[in-house]
Formats: sequence, structure tokens, C-alpha cells
Amino acid sequence: MAPSPDAAGTVRPAAVSARGWGWRHAGRAKPAVHGLDLDIAPGERLLLLGPSGAGKSTLLHALAGVLGDINDDGEAGDADESGSLLVDGALPRARRGRAGLMQQDPETQVVLSRVGDDVAFGAENLAVPRDAIWPRVHEALADVGLSHLPLDHPTSALSGGQKQRLALAGILAMRPGLILLDEPTANLDPDGVLEVRDAVARSLDKTGATLVVVEHRVSVWKDLVDRIVVLQPGSAADPAVLLDGPPDRVLNEARTMLAAAGVWVPGYVPATRARAAAPASGAGSLLLAAEQLGVSRERPRRRGFRTIPPVPVQEGVAAQVRAGQALAITGPNGAGKSTFALTLAGLLEPVSGKVSATLELSRGAGIDPYKWKAEQLISRVGTVFQEPEHQFVTGKVLDELLFGPRHLGHGEDRVEELLERLRLTQLVDANPYTLSGGEKRRLSVATVLAASPQVLILDEPTFGQDANTWAELASFLSELLDAGTAVVSVTHDAEFTEALGGAELRMAAAEAVAP
Amino acid sequence: MRQELTLSGNSALLARANPLSKFAAVLLITAVLALSIDWVSASVALVFELLLFPLAGLTVSLLWQRGWPLILAAAIGGWSTSILAPDSGRILLDAGIWTMSEGSLQLGIGFLLRGFAIALPAVLLMSCTDPTDLADALAQKARLPHRFVLGTLAAMRLVGLMAEEWQTIGMARRARGVGARGSLGQRVKATLGQSFGLLVQAIRRASRLAVTMEARGFGGGPRTWARASTFSLLDLWVVAGGVLVAALALFAAVTAGTWNMVWLGS
Repeated sequence: MAPSPDAAGTVRPAAVSARGWGWRHAGRAKPAVHGLDLDIAPGERLLLLGPSGAGKSTLLHALAGVLGDINDDGEAGDADESGSLLVDGALPRARRGRAGLMQQDPETQVVLSRVGDDVAFGAENLAVPRDAIWPRVHEALADVGLSHLPLDHPTSALSGGQKQRLALAGILAMRPGLILLDEPTANLDPDGVLEVRDAVARSLDKTGATLVVVEHRVSVWKDLVDRIVVLQPGSAADPAVLLDGPPDRVLNEARTMLAAAGVWVPGYVPATRARAAAPASGAGSLLLAAEQLGVSRERPRRRGFRTIPPVPVQEGVAAQVRAGQALAITGPNGAGKSTFALTLAGLLEPVSGKVSATLELSRGAGIDPYKWKAEQLISRVGTVFQEPEHQFVTGKVLDELLFGPRHLGHGEDRVEELLERLRLTQLVDANPYTLSGGEKRRLSVATVLAASPQVLILDEPTFGQDANTWAELASFLSELLDAGTAVVSVTHDAEFTEALGGAELRMAAAEAVAP
Repeated sequence: MRQELTLSGNSALLARANPLSKFAAVLLITAVLALSIDWVSASVALVFELLLFPLAGLTVSLLWQRGWPLILAAAIGGWSTSILAPDSGRILLDAGIWTMSEGSLQLGIGFLLRGFAIALPAVLLMSCTDPTDLADALAQKARLPHRFVLGTLAAMRLVGLMAEEWQTIGMARRARGVGARGSLGQRVKATLGQSFGLLVQAIRRASRLAVTMEARGFGGGPRTWARASTFSLLDLWVVAGGVLVAALALFAAVTAGTWNMVWLGS
């Protein structure tokens, strides 16, 4: 049975030791980690870097004691372990509650529907006596800066950054000696990133727990950690640990190498293709216009015999989309940026006002994009969703790309060029769901472009992407712009907006809009 | 929809009762009503239920908002019974193949009232019971395995998310050229594809949630409960109330001679 923490629950920082440790997921030919030798002293704070496929997440899951039953694809089966990986000299599985793990997707870091219950969940599972749980809950909520919320506050009403801080509180209430963060801020806007980072810093200063964090964006964590370890995909010849040392030294020694591997080293903005000639604002023919637009994701609701129209998140928005022009939609979280973009894209019905296509874009399909048939829509306005998996409709990369052209009856010749240009040629037979994050992003852009739309709308295209995919995407979009496509992107990424140039539509927080 | 699943702000008397006692009371009333189609037992139960509504923090308009499909179904059931049931007694309405007689009208009204009287306690129970409290009661008092109860509770939270995900996937697929409009065949095909997309996302989310729960020490071992599920004097009143309403409905119907066991035929 797990040694339960004493009721007072003082934190003892945990030590980690790996000796020739390796892990192969069930059903995979190559091991995710091979020959890992690593010692982490109690209280050390470590940033784990490396290209995708280096086994960073696998190591974190193993340290949390949750590796083995289910792999990342939700498959169960036999996996291979070699060498040893110990937390405080014991197997992580036998040390339930010694380590707390936070993952990337905020929605799945929340377990229960009320704030207080969610924080208490871990402590309950460790059989902490009831009288000791609630003081821990209050303390943990204070440590992550959420003590202003009542304990019965619904967790569904929290923002992404708040959800991640809540998850941290749930971990802290277990009083773990080892805190494991697996890209905890990849899905958050800039404010959310700082919220979470600062909450982690405060709680570590207080408890002295050991930290292992995996994250692409080094600048966020650099000043908080005292050691950086760079992993590489393991093989018989190379050790799993490529570099190991204090942050400044590792970043100095390996800056070029890390940047080449797609790591966001501080102060580095990858070079992107410049536009041939920056067009004057207002140049390029008008394709799509929004006037006095009110938007909402909700549909009209039925309450008995009455129909209640939704309350718009934004009202009275105007925008113009012009050929060869970039338009960036920016603003704080919850301002309705994505909702606006989806309405502009003909995917949501306007609550008020209108979206109208000019004759050059509509080509006989009618003025209102929401009323277009799906086939009419994709050859005019293409939309790339934030989550690429939402848009996969077949089981093979090549079929994904051919899907649009086949429906339209033309454009199959363009597929070859897109495969080449977005480096997907080697992956034509792969299942889209098995690709890496960067490959999925490139594929989702390619599939939408295969239908040759005149307007391309992208929702947070750079979220969670490494520097290489980022640069490729920005360069590719600048080519499209020069070729006359209109590019609309919803983004928090100031560097991305700058790389594309063009106009910016800044949306104020939704509270400013009267219901 | 997700907000409606939580009860924050409902401080009504019945919201404080243990979910298990409320469930027992509703079960008793429903059982008596399910045994007979007659208007006397149904009306007696219905009157008491309407009197109890304020105790659950419900108003007539809230009741209509949450329970209108059930109420509408009961009304349609009553109407069709009264025109389609075998005629007996004086004919009240004759419109070709549709006839309504005294006997069939009586049966129809009985059906309508019974529908209301069975539907309302269910709405009442849902309106004043938080799913988390129900899970606490099932695990601590009814001694159901906590792994099962808490797993279900956590999964229920994902159901609300899935409703949003369904809408997003629908839009994402339209953006790929999969029309959700058009002929019936096309729409069925599109819905099947969208369901598969949702299933994939549901499995991914569920396995990530499982990792989160396991990493927080969730498993088969002994655990404590931060919220104690307790019975109080109130619960005694709730169960007694259920017994009383059921007994009065039964007594009234038998006394009036309208008690009419379903399986004995009329």
C-alpha cells in the first residue's frame, strides 16, 4: 500500500534516479526512451528540452507512476521497460502521491464540477483525514491565487489559465515532493502563461519541492529553473541525455543546436520569408466584409414555446477582408475572436448584422457565406481550426489531401505540390491521427488549401508549435499572400502578426459589450 | 446546459436532504401510480407534489423550462388515449374515425394526470440534487464501489464538453466540404462521420482524464471523503412524506372505487 503522507503534510522534496532506463510503448517498434542516466537531487528545478520524439512526456508519465496501463493513443497492452527509474529509491508506482502531474489540455486537468471538491480529490485518494483536507484546500487555493473563488464555484466557468492553476492546487493539496509539468502552458494565452508560471514559482518557493517541467518556450521557465537537461531520441549508440547543466551554460553552448531543433530559446525569432512588397492598406480587391456583426456560438434556445436568441459575445464589429492582405484578429481570451472568425468563415450564423461576400468571391453562390453549400464554401473560404484532429475526415494523409479536390471535381494536381511544400511526402500513407503536433498542423493547413480558397482563415495556428513549424507556417502564408490569397488569423502571437504584416482588428473584452 | 447541471444558489429545504432519501420517496410515489390508471390516485399525488415544489426551490416557470418535454408528452398521451380508447358510456365527440366517450375521456384524463404525477417528482428530484452529492451518497451510504461512482461522476462532466465538441466538429467538417445539409442520405452519412470524430475525441479526452485521476492517487486503495454524506431528521421527514403521499393516493382511489390495476384490464 502507498505510504500516506502524515496529516500535518509537510513536504519532503523527492529525489529521482534513472540508470540505463528505457521504455517502449506497447505496439511500437522503437523505444520512446533508451538508456537514460539521470540524477535529480531533492529540491532541484529542472527544465527538460528536446525535439518531439525524445521521450520527454514518457519520462514524466513514468515519474508520476501512470505509465503502462494506457499509452498516449488510449491503447492498452504489453510494454517493455529496461534499466531502473526510482523516486526516493522506490518504484514510482509504489509511491502514489509522491509526485503530482499536470498535463497540457486544461479541460482534462479538472476532475470534479466544484472548485473545492476538485482540489480535495487528490488528498481524499491519499486517505488524508477529513479534518486535514479542508485546511489543505484553502491553503492550496491561496497559493495559486484562486482563494477569491467560493468552494462551490463551478469549474466549467474558469478560464484555461485558471483551470491549470486549479489543477496545480489539486496537486499541491497532495503535498507531493515532486511536481511534474508536461507543457502546462502550451494551450494558454500570454496572460494565462504568466499566471500559471507565477503560481508554480510561489508554491515551489514555499514548499521546496523538486520540479521537472517540459516546455518549448524556454524564456518562460528559464529564470525559475536551476538546471536544463536536453534529451535526444534514444538509440543503442547515443545516450538519452544530450546536454545537462545550468540554464545559462546550456543555452550558450547549445543555442544554435537547440534553435535548429525547434526549441524557442530566449531572444530568438526564427527567420521567415519576407513579403515581396508590402501592399498599402486598402489595396487588393474586397472579398468579404462584416458589418455591424454580432456573434455567438450559442444557437437560439427553446424554452417551452418561446425561442430565446443567444446573447452575443461581440456586437457591431466591422471588418474587411481583401485579396493579398493579412488581417490579424487579436484581443484577450474570451473576447469572442474565434467566434467572430467562424462567423466570418460562414460556419456560424450571425446573431445580428451581416457577413457579405463580393461578386469576386461569391461567383454566383450568393451573398451570404453561411447559406453556401459545403462544396461552395471550401473553394471560396477555407478555415483551419485550432485543433487539427477536428478536421480529419479520412484514415490516410493522401486521402485527406485529395478529399476536397475529389468533392469539387478539380484541383487534384495541386496536391502533389502541397505535399512537397509542406514536407508531407514521406507521410502519405500514415494515419493523420498518429502524426506529431507539427505534422498535424501542416497537414490541416494543406488539406484546406487543396480546395484553393481565396480566403484562408486560421484559428490560433501557432499555439503549442515549435519554432521550426512556426517559421515554416509564417513563410508559407507570406507566399500565399503574395499570390493573392487573403489570410485572416486569430492569434495571441505578436511575432506571428508582425511576420505576416497587414491590418490588425483588436477586440475588447466581452464585458464591454452590453447584453 | 452545463450550468444547469450544477445547483449553486439553490438553498431550498429539499436541496439539503440526502439524495438517497429523496430518491426513496420518489420511488414510492411512482410505484403506486404505476400500478393503476385512475384519475383519483393521480390527482391526489399531483396536488401534494405541487404543494412540495416550493420546498425544492422550483417555480412554475422553472418547472416548465426544465420539464416541458415530459409535460407535453403526458398531455399528448392523455389526448390520444381519450380519442382512441374503446368507447363506453355516452359519446361526447364524434369526428369520423375519432370518437370520445365518457369512458374513454375518463381513461384519458387518468392517463394525463398519471403522466404528470410521475414526471413531476423526477423533475423535482433532479432540480434539488447535485450530481456530486448523489455520488457521495451512493458511495458512502449505499456502499457502491467508489471507483465506479467517481469514475461515472468525472465522465458526466465530460458529457457537457462533448456537446460543445459536437458543434465544433460539425463546423470543422463543413470547413472540409462535408455538408450536414442536403438529402436524407447525405445527412445520415455526415452525422455518422461526425459521430466517429466525436468518439475519437471522447476517447482521447477520457484517457487523458484517466491519467489525471490516476496521477492524483485515484485507484482501488482506501480513501477518505472530504464531504460526509449524512442523514438528518430532514431525511426522515422526506421519506415519511413519500410514504404519506403514496398511501393517501392509494387510499383515496380504493375508497372512491376507481383503483384499477394495470394488468387486470378494464
